[in-house]
Amino acid sequence: MALLENGGAVPAGPLTKADRDAYARRLRNRSLAVAGGSTAAVLIAIVVLVPLAPGWEAVRRSFFSGEVFVETFPTLLRAFMLDVAIFLWCAPAIAVVGLAIALCRDVRNPALYPLRLFGALYTDIFRGIPVILVVYLVGFGIPGLGLPRPWNSPYIWGSLALILTYSAYVAEIFRSGIESVHQSQRNAALSLGLSDRDTMRYVVLPQAIRRVVPANMNMLIALQKDVALLSFIGPVEIFRQAGVYKSLLANFTPYVVAACIFLAITIPATRYADYLMARQARERS
Amino acid sequence: MATLDLIGVSKSFGATQVCRGIDLSVKDGEMVCLIGASGSGKSTLLRCINLLEPIDEGQILLDGEDISRPDLDPQGVRRRIGIVFQSFNLFPHMTAAENVMLGPRRVYRRSRADLLPDITVLFERFGLADRMYHYPDQLSGGQQQRVAIVRALAMRPEIMLFDEITSALDPELVGEVLDVLRQLRAEGMTMVLATHEMSFAREAADRVAFLHDGRVLEEGPPAQLFETPRHERTRAFLSRLARA
Repeated sequence: MALLENGGAVPAGPLTKADRDAYARRLRNRSLAVAGGSTAAVLIAIVVLVPLAPGWEAVRRSFFSGEVFVETFPTLLRAFMLDVAIFLWCAPAIAVVGLAIALCRDVRNPALYPLRLFGALYTDIFRGIPVILVVYLVGFGIPGLGLPRPWNSPYIWGSLALILTYSAYVAEIFRSGIESVHQSQRNAALSLGLSDRDTMRYVVLPQAIRRVVPANMNMLIALQKDVALLSFIGPVEIFRQAGVYKSLLANFTPYVVAACIFLAITIPATRYADYLMARQARERS
Repeated sequence: MATLDLIGVSKSFGATQVCRGIDLSVKDGEMVCLIGASGSGKSTLLRCINLLEPIDEGQILLDGEDISRPDLDPQGVRRRIGIVFQSFNLFPHMTAAENVMLGPRRVYRRSRADLLPDITVLFERFGLADRMYHYPDQLSGGQQQRVAIVRALAMRPEIMLFDEITSALDPELVGEVLDVLRQLRAEGMTMVLATHEMSFAREAADRVAFLHDGRVLEEGPPAQLFETPRHERTRAFLSRLARA
């Protein structure tokens, strides 16, 4: 676009640094103005045009009711703490199981071949089934064995379902990290007389784990959202609580409240993951 | 006290034969330089001696014992042979001191406290005393390569292998690394070097072997090999270098 590429006229003849700086500044100001203008135009269009839609009044009342928002927010926030708690005990378990599965798939000792097979089967199966199905099968199936309290708790088996599924993905992430450590690092360790096991533990893993931190951050964000799936087997966490309110008040605003609460956590976390990823890309170049 | 004898060592990668029956003897305390064009098999030969690559045929005798036998424990052999690589290969997540201590800690089960005096002496000997607690990316290429040498020496190897260790360095940093080699030679370390530093080979080596196409075409004292090469290809290689 000529509008963006043009910073105005410059003096004829040899240019000074001041001339060049001034030109660059004009160019920058112009693109800032254009970006601001176009954003404002879009916002105004939304604010003005959407309320002109015939059903807007009804939608506004059932989805964006200020009254309902204020009324349900504190309870929903408290219900969200249950999501956070489930997340907090699942995340470390996922890290441990995921790493163990990744290491299983890297085993070279023939006697331990069954472990390798198990690792491959595990990741194939749990990456291949929708999370909600695993939640149903484990969450209803295992307590259905007639286990006594507290072993029939949906918290335990629901969490297990999340751990099983997410470990499969996290294992693949760890494995890609392990494979990204250059063979020359392994060779350097082996040439010192280190065993395969020590080479993995002291040289490969510390580098691999660092490299996959951003990718695992993204998994954590997805996990925080998927905790809501446990509502289908019982726990009254935020999604379930919002459903209760919806029925009670005949209003959908509680779902919007829940969405806002999730965003308050996930947007900063996503930004942080992006920042880590960008920093890593800078370090490698 | 170490001698190294290679007898008919052959190695292929798929259809490409990289070593075609290499014979070479290194006496105790000797420095032997391997020269030759890229792809002549120098690096592969060093990696075979260190058992990073299994050989196809021949024998590798360390103090008369065939270390190439596949039924031997490679870890036990590797700790007796130090190797330094072209690209340093320091562990980036550890300080220089941790890099150097990892081998003795894990292989000889020695504690950091027990090792520290020994490795401090090593760092001092090679002018790195003030770099012990730096990470590799805080060191110059020459310093990194000297740390890599110290790391290999900390295992108290009987013989040291050097795989073009100055090739990745800026020209002004080559000297400090070559000084380390001179120092080790003066201390009587048995060493095999793959190198492109002809003037260093000429000055410091006890013997030079010219490799071409996976064979040792000729070997001899540096003065003889560089002044009056017997083989046509050696002459061609040396004159190509002289023109460059």
